Amino acid sequence: MAPRKKTAAGATPANKAASDDTMTDGPREIGERDRVTLQKITDLAFSALAEVRRGKNPALSIPVRALSNVSFDQEAGLIRLGESRQSRNFFHLKQAKLFMQTFLIAEHCKKLIEAGATTSIRDIYYGAKHSVAGTKENTFEEQAESDPIIEDLEVTIDALREELHLRAENRGAMVGPMTIRDTGDTIDLRRMGSGGWSIPSIVEDNRIEFMKTEAEYILFIEKGAVWARLNEDRFWQKNNCMLLHGSGMAARGTRRLLRRMHEELKLPLYVLTDNDPWGFYIYSVIKQGSINLAYESMRMAVPQARFLGLMSSDAERFNLQANVSMALKDEDSARIEQLMRYDWFAAKRWQEELALMKKTQKKYELEALSSRGIRFITEEYIPQKLRGKRGDSWLD
Amino acid sequence: MTTEALIQDPEALKPAGRRASAEAMGAKQRDISVSEFFTKNRHLLGFDNPAKALLTTIKEAVDNALDACEEAGILPTLDVTVEEVSDGRYRVRVEDNGPGIVKEQIPKIFAKLLYGSKFHRLRQSRGQQGIGISAAGMYGHLTTGRPVVVVSKIGKGRPAWRVEVRIDSRTNEPKQLNDKNDTVTWEKDHGTSVEIELMGLYRGGRTSVDAYLEQTVVANPHLELSYKPPKGPLVHFPRVSDLLPPEAQEIKPHPHGVELGMLIKILHESGRRHVAQTLMEEFSRVTQPVADELCKRAGIDPNAVAARVDAAKIEALHAAMVASNAALPPIKKFASKVARSDGNLREEVLEEGTGFSPTLADLVIRRGGLEPTVKAKLVTPMMVEKLYASLHDSQVKILPPPANCIVPVGEALVMEGLRRRFKGEFFTSHTRPPAVYRGNPFVVEAGVAFGGTLSRDDSADVLRFANRVPLLYQPRACAIHEAVLKVDWKSYGLQQRKGELPVGPLAIFVHLASVWVPFTSEAKEAVAHYDEVVREIRLALMECGRKLGAWVKAQQAERWETQRKSLFEKYIVELAASIHSITKVSEESVKKDFTDALPNHVRIAIAPVEGAAPGVDAGGEPAPGEGAAEAAAGPVEAEAEAPEPKASRPSERPPDMGDDGDGEPFYKDMTPGNSRQLVLKVRSKSGRK
Ligand SMILES: Nc1ncnc2c1ncn2[C@@H]1O[C@H](COP(=O)(O)OP(=O)(O)O)[C@@H](O)[C@H]1O
Ligand SMILES: [Mg+2]
Repeated sequence: MAPRKKTAAGATPANKAASDDTMTDGPREIGERDRVTLQKITDLAFSALAEVRRGKNPALSIPVRALSNVSFDQEAGLIRLGESRQSRNFFHLKQAKLFMQTFLIAEHCKKLIEAGATTSIRDIYYGAKHSVAGTKENTFEEQAESDPIIEDLEVTIDALREELHLRAENRGAMVGPMTIRDTGDTIDLRRMGSGGWSIPSIVEDNRIEFMKTEAEYILFIEKGAVWARLNEDRFWQKNNCMLLHGSGMAARGTRRLLRRMHEELKLPLYVLTDNDPWGFYIYSVIKQGSINLAYESMRMAVPQARFLGLMSSDAERFNLQANVSMALKDEDSARIEQLMRYDWFAAKRWQEELALMKKTQKKYELEALSSRGIRFITEEYIPQKLRGKRGDSWLD
Repeated sequence: MTTEALIQDPEALKPAGRRASAEAMGAKQRDISVSEFFTKNRHLLGFDNPAKALLTTIKEAVDNALDACEEAGILPTLDVTVEEVSDGRYRVRVEDNGPGIVKEQIPKIFAKLLYGSKFHRLRQSRGQQGIGISAAGMYGHLTTGRPVVVVSKIGKGRPAWRVEVRIDSRTNEPKQLNDKNDTVTWEKDHGTSVEIELMGLYRGGRTSVDAYLEQTVVANPHLELSYKPPKGPLVHFPRVSDLLPPEAQEIKPHPHGVELGMLIKILHESGRRHVAQTLMEEFSRVTQPVADELCKRAGIDPNAVAARVDAAKIEALHAAMVASNAALPPIKKFASKVARSDGNLREEVLEEGTGFSPTLADLVIRRGGLEPTVKAKLVTPMMVEKLYASLHDSQVKILPPPANCIVPVGEALVMEGLRRRFKGEFFTSHTRPPAVYRGNPFVVEAGVAFGGTLSRDDSADVLRFANRVPLLYQPRACAIHEAVLKVDWKSYGLQQRKGELPVGPLAIFVHLASVWVPFTSEAKEAVAHYDEVVREIRLALMECGRKLGAWVKAQQAERWETQRKSLFEKYIVELAASIHSITKVSEESVKKDFTDALPNHVRIAIAPVEGAAPGVDAGGEPAPGEGAAEAAAGPVEAEAEAPEPKASRPSERPPDMGDDGDGEPFYKDMTPGNSRQLVLKVRSKSGRK
């Protein structure tokens, strides 16, 4: 990575190398990691060219990212990607455009790597978007089209997103008794005010270094609003923990950060989500990985993570009144059915929880705990959960 | 019973003898001339309402012109002008390039009913439609007081006579109003022009003059027609075939097909001949025993002078002649109909039977010991049986007419005719071999015009013809219409709802040629539903449909291939730029490599016509010569749908795709509808903060 240049005020902290002067700095040393990635991209293009020169239908072989091609590794507690691959051909009515788009993205990534720049997946969407010569059609109509192409490229050439010099928007935040170095800047996470430190999409150790910490565990909270409540109470200070939220589903950066903290700092991870199938699933993604990004489970999952709730059985345990519950919607019920069939929800306690939710037809938001008092969650709920027994007070 | 009374006053159908004696009435009837008869019964000639009167007038004149030209071996060139001279008053002029008419004949032809050359023989083309041009002239005079104006010239250097003539309806004799030696200068070598003024009604639509002329043009590709309608510009239909239709072999009329008017005329004009002799000489397949038997049934002395036979007896004779062509439905079906009927017995027989005239119905009913006016409900099954026996008894065995006299338009000319009328993209036609219904030979031919400027959103245009004459009225009652509905047009790539006409840019032509066309009624507006006839029409239409379907498919395949090619071509440009940028291989050379490989992978794949969209067939087939293993590894359609192949259950897809830890929307390249739903789900999760 090129040395950090100060960017204009207001630029996102992690947006380190995208400024124009990087490109004009003269011949740039290309690191070993970048060289490997560049080679993979060039190989992909040459092999397509070789195929078409023999009159064949050039194909990309893309690992299949779907339920049918993942398996749950019970021992490691991880979702793993299977061996199935699918062929993406150019001379195919439905695949021609996807094929072209894949190379368009590859071309842009190659340029980024050569320039030593990193860009967001939104930037690359705009960068690669133009009208197809002689038509009104665009190479990409919306970012929703380019994002999966990026994932396809990642798995096809076996390169991580950051190796392609791509990142997503920052998402989620962290506070807690720890000091880190973020691309050269020292940041004290004890002094992040009410908003916390915004978690970037790339958190590899060449960018984010952990320095000093007194934290004893990590508490991940699904929702920013509940996190803000805890931060206001300085829960992390009283309890010596790192406090994170993911703004809903934890993004790759957040998941990778949780994994690194768990692994490098040996901190246990606790997860607090809403009591609904979506909350349960957020927990499972942090713990075992996801279907779509199964190829990244190895670097992102935290199989030892623990679930602090909300559980369906908590309603009784904490004496939550019926009027703070919400009725399940059809899509909730359908999602419960699906979860019950996933291997990584096969454990008896999870099946019981899901069955109970189904039976009561009720779900609870974390905020429902506030019905018991504003500090109930920090002073009663979490401490009690942490003290309690596995399978009873918390699940894994 | 008088003919007149029969038609005008159903009360008169009460058993004879209750009112005036037959003799008394018969005496009166002798005084009625044909022209008086038809004046009072103009509906018999097609003048029952102003719109129909206008159409019939034009039809008679055009039919005559075409007949005359064809008989003289001249390619017809016609000018038709219809002018509204004042409100509801029209001047019709039809001019032809035919052989012309000799001066002496003109007044009689145009102002004497039942005067002509065609009644004495039967040709399978026009001229059977009515009493003819003189009736039109008479109607015109009756409604406007104006005579018929004729100009005719029979050869180069000969004078063009101008004749103004009207009929004296009391005597059925012509009255020329202008100087007998009036001539005009006419640049034409020969031809005839007829001008008639009449009260009428010009309107558009299915039964309009325009529709009639347009359809005449379809059935007569050798006709050149200029038509100046009352409103709008002159329409010109150039000739599309220089071939005159082969002259239909002339045969005498067959008793099955004779119309009452024709029979009256034949007998009236038989000079001093006896009835039996006249029948034998004027009709085909009538031998002495047949003639005697017919006379016996009509209560006529075979040796009576034919011209003196009274109208009632002529009607009876007519009934006897057509009886052997009449039929009732199977007895069980008919009996149950009768039992549930609200009408009288005559109405039931006319409705359920085929080939009955009211007279014949009454005759058969009476012979079965019943009254035509009795409530059908009251008729017991045993009496119904007697009715059948009576019909059987009434039927004189007459040999069917010979088959060699039927001349269809011909496949090539049907197509030419359609081409001239419709600016379509595809035309086809099919002529069936001769078939027979109830002993009558007939030939069906069908044609279709498709695409082009034909309306895409309307029902198909069905053109019906019987012996080259367009049928404009009563489509729903017609066997041709029924047969069109019975064809499954969907299998030929058209839209069709059950029991309805197909929808699409389609015109359907059906021509039924026969010595005796089975019309549903005397009005000759619709073809009767004989199974054999419907079946032949269906088969002819299906043959056309098959050819049409194949063409539609080929068109689609062609269109798809171009679409596919251009799809690949446009992406090759993009792809070449990217590959060039990655590999530094020149863009032109990359483009060439891909373009060269393109033909190996684009094939015309004929997809099912219905519902199939481009791209349903698998693209990306392995290039020729590739191994089977590679072929098997070719793209699987389902997987082509999205980077992620389908989950085990479709319902699992959204969440499976939505578990991306990046929190970016999870859409993949699913259909927009699906992806929106997905994004929504994810948002609803994160949107709760
Ligand atoms: N335009 C015409 N050119 C030559 N001959 C004609 C023309 N119109 C009528 N005729 C002759 O006059 C005859 C009588 O015509 P019409 O009264 O219409 O009876 P039909 O056509 O049934 O014989 C025809 O048979 C034909 O010989
Ligand atoms: Mg005529």
